[in-house]
Amino acid sequence: MNNIGLIIAREYLTRVKKRSFIIMTLLTPLLIGAMFFFIGWSATREADTQTILVIDESEFFVDVFESDNEAIFIFADTNLDDAKTNVQNGDFDGLLYIPSLDINTPEGVTYYAPNNPSISMVRKLAKKIEREIENIKLTKSGIEKEVLDNLKADVSIATINLTEGGGEKETNSFGATGIGWASGFIIYMFIFVYGAMCMRGVVEEKTSRIIEVIIASVKPFQLMLGKVLGIASVGLTQFVLWIILGIGISTAVGTFMGGDAKSMAEVQQQQMEQMDIPVSEEEVAKQEAQNAVFSDITNALSSVNIPLVIVSFLFYFLAGYLLYGALFAAIGSAVDSDADAQQFMFPVTIPLILAMVSLNGVINDPNGSLAFWMSMIPFTSPVIMMMRVPFGVPIWELVLSMVLMIGGFVFTIWVASRIYRIGILMHGTKVNYKVLAKWFMQKN
Amino acid sequence: MELLRVENISKNYSGHQALNDVSLSIPKGSIFGLLGPNGAGKTTLIRIITKIIEQDSGKAFLNDSEITPELVRKIGYLPEERGLYKKMKVGEQLLYIARLKGLSRADAVSKIKEWLKRLELTPWHSKNIEDLSKGMAQKVQFIATVLHKPDLIILDEPFSGFDPVNANLIKDEILRLRDQGATVIFSTHRMESVEELCDHIALINKSEKILDGKKIDIKNEFKDSTFIITHEGSLPPSTDFEFISSSITETGLTESIVKDRTEGGPNNLVKSLIEKVEIHSFVEKIPSVNEIFIRQVQGETVVL
Repeated sequence: MNNIGLIIAREYLTRVKKRSFIIMTLLTPLLIGAMFFFIGWSATREADTQTILVIDESEFFVDVFESDNEAIFIFADTNLDDAKTNVQNGDFDGLLYIPSLDINTPEGVTYYAPNNPSISMVRKLAKKIEREIENIKLTKSGIEKEVLDNLKADVSIATINLTEGGGEKETNSFGATGIGWASGFIIYMFIFVYGAMCMRGVVEEKTSRIIEVIIASVKPFQLMLGKVLGIASVGLTQFVLWIILGIGISTAVGTFMGGDAKSMAEVQQQQMEQMDIPVSEEEVAKQEAQNAVFSDITNALSSVNIPLVIVSFLFYFLAGYLLYGALFAAIGSAVDSDADAQQFMFPVTIPLILAMVSLNGVINDPNGSLAFWMSMIPFTSPVIMMMRVPFGVPIWELVLSMVLMIGGFVFTIWVASRIYRIGILMHGTKVNYKVLAKWFMQKN
Repeated sequence: MELLRVENISKNYSGHQALNDVSLSIPKGSIFGLLGPNGAGKTTLIRIITKIIEQDSGKAFLNDSEITPELVRKIGYLPEERGLYKKMKVGEQLLYIARLKGLSRADAVSKIKEWLKRLELTPWHSKNIEDLSKGMAQKVQFIATVLHKPDLIILDEPFSGFDPVNANLIKDEILRLRDQGATVIFSTHRMESVEELCDHIALINKSEKILDGKKIDIKNEFKDSTFIITHEGSLPPSTDFEFISSSITETGLTESIVKDRTEGGPNNLVKSLIEKVEIHSFVEKIPSVNEIFIRQVQGETVVL
């Protein structure tokens, strides 16, 4: 056992002391942050402002086309051909031509542009015209505009869990989905990155032939287990550092931004009071809406059993890695180079990829039979169970899944060690599945 | 007194017989040459002794107790295929290997310091292995093998990759370790080093041991009354000897190799020769290990 300790220490220290480890540990949260920022930014980003020339011969829509960030509308009285030349000269990005139309059969509206306009732009224009025609029709049939405005309604549905004790608990599917998806994805990434690291480590030992020096004083099983566990602790260290970094950064940013925002608001209010300007209703409503969003997020988090999620995450994080890491180590022992490993890596990773692919199905029905079975099979349960835990899983299912998971990695470590002990000393053998099976059966 | 005894070891690799009923006895304090052509089963035998693989049948004893994984720590094994962690520093690497062999940290550190100094590697203590020349890496590997003062040192082709200066350095270290009480097994096909260092040899061919014993005994056994005569003039044919070859030496004399055909020993041959030529020297030709090796291995091949 002492030897396993030494091996774990070596595997751990050589990796943690590497400059690349430190850099990646610091950089990854920044990269992920940047990625989310980019996604958010690109989703909400407005297209470049376009200048659109409008010829409205019907004269129904004079007030409809208000310029905004996306488009500036300019009404023109010129004839169509002149306007077309203007657009072709590049003076305008597009030309909307509305002929004098019959309200009941609105036809002949045309959009001219030097290149294909975006769908959203065309849809927006069509909607504006449609809505105005609707309004005109409704007004014609005697309904007042005020009545029209009052017709609109906004409904959101609150979801409540009926708990076993008879109590009610407000749930938030959005929060649960987010947490489940993120933790499932992180486990998936972790298994891939660290499993590959494990495999490369074994290949390195094999190709550099250090294995014969080491193996004379250590059992192959100890060496394999030491490597797998050593790398697991590297992963755990990295993860803990990320959590600390994350908490650190978010508190730092939170106090800075939060404090700032608060003082800003106070200052503003003070100024307004001093200047005796009443705060506009609109602004108050805006602030309230913002507050509502924040309370939604806090709600989302509070409806999920966070400690349970963290405990399960750490468990599946480790157990999933041990299960796959052992198999990756066995692959590494069987091949002579990283390149040869590809053909064996693919079948091993299929269950994992399958789990990622079926995540959508699981999100739609987190307690259905697909979700249940995939969270019991040890090869897929780390990802799938982590998706389910935030939604609330019966405790017996969680326990059963964990027990199966432990059984799963003990089994794969056993299988892997039988292949490893032979493979690590074999050089230049052409390895296929038959050979692997033979090694597995070989008695020593 | 024997240090290592191997009894009737056989090993089969899925249909291929790697070792067939091999028995050996290696005396304490000897330098033992384990010889054999490629693929004869030398490495398999060593791997069985060091418990890397398990034999199908037979037993191996160190100091009269059967070898267990614990006892393997008393063996230092330098594999033919050398390897070290390329990205690890010399000192750290030696410390790791020494600790795996059961040395305490303090003990290991002081021994590493001593050995690095002895092999002139001290300035390289904190360099990565990948920054070392091949010869230096080999020296580090040698240190890793002997650092824990093993009773039995097994060296598989120890001189490959060394320049003559470093090869001599290592040779001296091997002799010094022997003098301090270690027993050394050499596995090699470099016969000049065997001739120079070994006092016992064993020959393995086609998974069987075909020869073993003291080097001198084996040489005597393989003497076939061949003599080297330096003489003036040319040697006329005679029934007393079989002429094998002759050449002119630097001093203008002729050196002839002949096989004694007379009855009753070298004196009779000398008598017969004195009558024919002027003799300057008369020496019995002792077969070299190399000759014995080739004769044995090729003899086997011819039989098959």
